[in-house]
Amino acid sequence: MALTDDVRTGITEHDLHEIWKDAPGIPGFFSTVDHKRIGLRYIYTSFAFFFVAGLTALVMRAQLTAPNSHVVSPSTYNSLFTMHGTTMIFLFNTPVLAGFANYLLPLQLGARDMAFPRLNAFSYWIFLLSGVFIYASYLIGKPPDGGWFGYTPLTGGTYSGGVNLDFWGLGIVFVGISTTVGAVNFIVTIFKLRAPGMTVNRMPMFVWSILSMAFMVIFAVPAVTVATGLLELDRLFGTKFFVPHLGGSVLLYQHLFWFWGHPEVYILFVPATGMISMIIPTFSRRPLAGYVWVAASLIAIAFISFGVWVHHMFATGMPVQAMAFFSAVSLIITVPSGVQFFAWIATMWRGVIRFSTAMLFAIGFLLIFLLGGITGVMVAVLPFDWQVTDSYFVVAHFHYVLNGAVVFPIFGAIYYWMPKMTGRRLSERLGKLSFWTMFVGFNVAFFPMHILGFLGMPRRIYTYQAGLGWDTLNVIVTAGSSSPPARASPSGTGPGASGGARRRATTRGAPTRSSGRPPRHRPTTTSPPHRSSPAGIRCGTSARSPTPSRATTRPPAASGPKGRSCTRSPSQPASTPSPTARNASLTRPTCRWCSPSASPSCSSGCS
Amino acid sequence: MVAVVAAGGVLAACGNRRSPYMFDARGSEAHRVAGLWWLMFALAAGVYAVVGGFILVAALRGRGTPEGRASRITENAFIWLGGLLVPTAILMVLAVVTVQTTSHLRRPERDPLRIEVVGKRWWWQVRYPAQRFTTANEVHVPVGRPVEIGIDSDNVIHSFWVPQLGGKVDTIPGQHNVWRFRATRAGTYLGECAEYCGVQHANMRFLVVAEPAAAFDRWVARHLTPHSAPTSDLTEKGQLVFLRETCAGCHTVAGTTAQGDEGPDLTDFGSRLAIGADTVPNDPGNLAGWIADPQSIKPGILMPPTALAPGELHALVAYLESLR
Repeated sequence: MALTDDVRTGITEHDLHEIWKDAPGIPGFFSTVDHKRIGLRYIYTSFAFFFVAGLTALVMRAQLTAPNSHVVSPSTYNSLFTMHGTTMIFLFNTPVLAGFANYLLPLQLGARDMAFPRLNAFSYWIFLLSGVFIYASYLIGKPPDGGWFGYTPLTGGTYSGGVNLDFWGLGIVFVGISTTVGAVNFIVTIFKLRAPGMTVNRMPMFVWSILSMAFMVIFAVPAVTVATGLLELDRLFGTKFFVPHLGGSVLLYQHLFWFWGHPEVYILFVPATGMISMIIPTFSRRPLAGYVWVAASLIAIAFISFGVWVHHMFATGMPVQAMAFFSAVSLIITVPSGVQFFAWIATMWRGVIRFSTAMLFAIGFLLIFLLGGITGVMVAVLPFDWQVTDSYFVVAHFHYVLNGAVVFPIFGAIYYWMPKMTGRRLSERLGKLSFWTMFVGFNVAFFPMHILGFLGMPRRIYTYQAGLGWDTLNVIVTAGSSSPPARASPSGTGPGASGGARRRATTRGAPTRSSGRPPRHRPTTTSPPHRSSPAGIRCGTSARSPTPSRATTRPPAASGPKGRSCTRSPSQPASTPSPTARNASLTRPTCRWCSPSASPSCSSGCS
Repeated sequence: MVAVVAAGGVLAACGNRRSPYMFDARGSEAHRVAGLWWLMFALAAGVYAVVGGFILVAALRGRGTPEGRASRITENAFIWLGGLLVPTAILMVLAVVTVQTTSHLRRPERDPLRIEVVGKRWWWQVRYPAQRFTTANEVHVPVGRPVEIGIDSDNVIHSFWVPQLGGKVDTIPGQHNVWRFRATRAGTYLGECAEYCGVQHANMRFLVVAEPAAAFDRWVARHLTPHSAPTSDLTEKGQLVFLRETCAGCHTVAGTTAQGDEGPDLTDFGSRLAIGADTVPNDPGNLAGWIADPQSIKPGILMPPTALAPGELHALVAYLESLR
């Protein structure tokens, strides 16, 4: 990482490291603003919450395995599904993606850190504290039990008198603040801190996805903050926003909640697709097909996602004409996802696929998301939704989308970027075992839920009667659900400790900062990437041999962590073609294709 | 997937008469939706097979080649056709079908039977305003006649759902919703609360009894002349217990001084099929257990346990079962 010192200001690379390095010891632990440490903390913390949410799911499945069982009491069950949903949405899915974004964004943009490093640290600590705060309700035996959506009037003071819901409401208000400031940070970082030469049409697709996600966050999340904030005002200070017989409106709460709630689905899903758009090209050894299409899809999703929220409220008795509009928009939002989907297929079509664990998760994602997307179209159809909403069909649908199409990419991303983050590779053998148990277990657990929905099983019931045709399917669901958690944690396959992993000569990013100075982002004119070079390898090889011999080229994941020279070579020609060159296909930067494992250490080599 | 869905249907049909399988449609709306489902299912199966096939072929076709296989399909063709044109065409079809189906459903019809349903915690109040009587947790409708159910709540949000008859309608406090349908075949259909409404959301069921017009008229006539007067010493003693104990504070029995409106109206209790919003079947043993300690059967409900001497409980049960 030998970077040139700035001759004009006299600030040396050493000075920069001194300025930015963490304080030693415990104060340094708490005061660090390093985006990589914060990113990893986001990931570790959210996985801790993920683990707890998985346990709640297992207890629920134990209760539902047989009819009329008494594993847990009704009120315990109600708090379990409340905490499961709350944890998965607010404390796992959202923050884990923020963690990846925190870690990767500056590296992929060639920035030193996030635009507002302190705000970034603030965002993490608020997330941690609000998660701990919500769970602190268990300490006094009053866990929230109003459902993760917290509909009024059930969650109002009249019907939920205890402090249970206050833990939930206040916790959500603060998680919302954490998410919102995080999004502001992402947007400013992307717009202001790109390396010289990295125009927006050269950003890695993951960056695009974070940009789209962050814009959705800053417009959507305030709505849920307002909803829960007003709910707390009702509960604590006796306002009447949601008290119907005193002029309030219970549907107002639902509108506010789902105005956030549906974009939220895309807030989670879009970064996951960004990860897929990085993984698939790498292991197909092709650049991403239809870069502009995919980026445009991400923007389209961000806009359209604000026009679909009412499909969560189709049963509330709104005028049919109004609902028909939202039904149509909910159908339309499928199209940008379809475009992305076929861009991935097109990428793989002419590539040579290497079935690494990360790629398996990506292909698993495609197969699962395909079904989740199809059922998503179905629930957009108004009369069909009247039947299946709030039934197990919907439970199946959103687990295919939020668990299958978000968690699978996250696992893929872990296998993909972990070598860069920890300097260790995860075991491929255990990784594949992990993938197959998850893939099979996932489908066994969630597919039968579609049919349970058809058989009339409503959501959120703590028990059911025998003889309704639900018994066998519930046993299958429980059997399936008990298999993934056993192996779901990638730490179960253990970096290093399991013996399967080996330390590699990777540079773990940089010891303190990503790079002392922003690298120049230099488009290459040698051999257009979409014609010749496999994705991710260019970084390492272009500096030396513009046309690497195909026969000796290693698969990217193997090459990246081995430290294939990804550093900027001093002998590299310094002159760069104009970034505004018209022929984009010939001047595409190598950076866009950088493999994950390559790009971080490549943050300078990518120039 | 076809096999699995079909298996689900068979599973529902075999030996589970009460399974509320939504595609075993017995109402006008459920019929429409079932037709819509089988259309969407055909489309979905086709799409999944074709796209899934593309994924697998894309994953495998480059195997063993150094640089991947050439293809006549360009990347743009994939995106235009697969991502844009074909999905748009399918979605257009669905949009048209959606609008058509929706416009046929829930339209006002002439001379409907009007019923008012109020979602309570955690049971259903059922009123027949024109006939001027009230019952609970059981909705009787004549087969073939249009029915208009007004749906309200004076507490939290519930959702009224009879899968074999049609889709859900939420009970929204402060908003009057209406659900219109027509039962197409006689039978007893399970209804459920579909919106989480608190601790006993799971046991907030009800039954819809669709019967031929003559049988329905008899059922209505019986309600117009309730038999609340005790006919034996035992039931007379039971009535005294009912009026003396806390029961009358919350329950109504028409023709007596019991006019409480917190709990279900019990005027026709003996004719009902189940106790506690279809929590347990209505028989004397279950009823005695329910009165003595409802919290052990349906924990968290608003009805308190009632301590009675065995003889009194026996008399009370006999009285309640005699109400028809």
